[in-house]
Amino acid sequence: MNTIAIIDYGMGNLHSVSKAFEYVAPDVNVIVTSDAEKIRSADKVVLPGVGAMRDCMAEMKRLNVDSLVREVSVDRPFLGICVGMQALLQHSEENKGVEGIGLFSGNVKYFGDELKEEGWRLKVPHMGWNQVNQKIDHPLWSKIDNDARFYFVHSYYVPANSDENHVVGQTRYGHLIAAAIARDNIFAVQFHPEKSQHSGLQLLKNFAHWSGKL
Amino acid sequence: MGLAKRIIPCLDVDEGRVVKGVQFVDIRDAGDPVEVAKKYDEQGADEITFLDITASHQDRDTMVHTVEKMASQVFIPLTVGGGIRKVEDIRIMLNAGADKVAINTAAVFNPEFVKEAAERFGSQCIVVAIDAKKVSKEGEPGRWEIFTHGGRKPTGIDAIEWAKKMTAYGAGEILLTSMDQDGMKNGFDLGVTKAITDAISIPVIASGGVGNLQHLADGVNLGGADAVLAASIFHFGEYTVQEAKAHMSACGIEMRID
Repeated sequence: MNTIAIIDYGMGNLHSVSKAFEYVAPDVNVIVTSDAEKIRSADKVVLPGVGAMRDCMAEMKRLNVDSLVREVSVDRPFLGICVGMQALLQHSEENKGVEGIGLFSGNVKYFGDELKEEGWRLKVPHMGWNQVNQKIDHPLWSKIDNDARFYFVHSYYVPANSDENHVVGQTRYGHLIAAAIARDNIFAVQFHPEKSQHSGLQLLKNFAHWSGKL
Repeated sequence: MGLAKRIIPCLDVDEGRVVKGVQFVDIRDAGDPVEVAKKYDEQGADEITFLDITASHQDRDTMVHTVEKMASQVFIPLTVGGGIRKVEDIRIMLNAGADKVAINTAAVFNPEFVKEAAERFGSQCIVVAIDAKKVSKEGEPGRWEIFTHGGRKPTGIDAIEWAKKMTAYGAGEILLTSMDQDGMKNGFDLGVTKAITDAISIPVIASGGVGNLQHLADGVNLGGADAVLAASIFHFGEYTVQEAKAHMSACGIEMRID
């Protein structure tokens, strides 16, 4: 049986991610675990994360999740969600600077307290349903409309022009931001697919059945 | 292309049942919050809020169970409010599958709790609920005060200053209820809504007083709200969430419509 391991490093609501996978892929064995061996033997791995990247990275380092992520993201389908995406970059400017895992180049930036678009002030966090433009075709976009809306909640973002060739989905909120980044068998999203109703569930279903090949 | 405004149906839950009545023709068990939430999800609700109105100890376990059930069947964001007083209360609700918690009275009595909660769990899951009542007289510049205990107890705290303070303490969102308008079906108190949305940088959910669909549109277009929360207009089947979205969209508001 195909196994998806959701890495539990004590940050955030893992229940929703696992329930969403169980809902869309009843034929898959979904486990939430911090056990390195179980994660190594899983067919697919998910790195979730909510809250502050500093806290997430600190916990990952303490539990050696960062090196485990480098190891398992080489050879099997790997999905990062929200801070689990941001953590894959080199660096974040959150809390005066946090080093990331570095699977993608670039920095995670703060939206700022004076975010504006066409003269209108935008609220931070970026919270709610925004459209994702599928900039590059990818198996995980299968059966999802271009510009479909997904649920976002974040105050830090990855600019869409950083590591540009790997940005497969982008969204506008004051800046053009990376909504999804991908490379080989790795896919990571800024939004929460587990909270994005039909489109989000379709993406998780696509991941559950993805070979990791493009 | 941009961020959509949100519609949030709110369910008052007591001992695991929806109270205030919910009437959907095709739901036999009208009192099950999960069934009701599913219905709203199908209609296109952008989020769901559960308010635990008794929040006794015993009731807490029932609520946790309801949240768990909801989180395994409905895949849109869920906020849980009512009786959130300690860090442990938040942890339990988030672990059960809630995405945000709404803190109300506890924030008034102990503002540091909001700071502690935001540092521990992240601002994104901390909603501060503000119950405001107009205290200025007719003809005076608008002034609103925070009330607790369902609008019965005045605190002497200015609502706008309080919203600013809660933002500085790490709240990720403000749920603003006008106690004057709540249940009156005359529309939101647009004065306090506009004053608070202009004063702070985080999203504001307008609540209290919705009687028709134009009220929802006014909350966004005139009050500047980022989201609108309503209960009875949806519960009694007067309007569906779809109808509300279609109306708001026709008023020029960006909505999520499949």
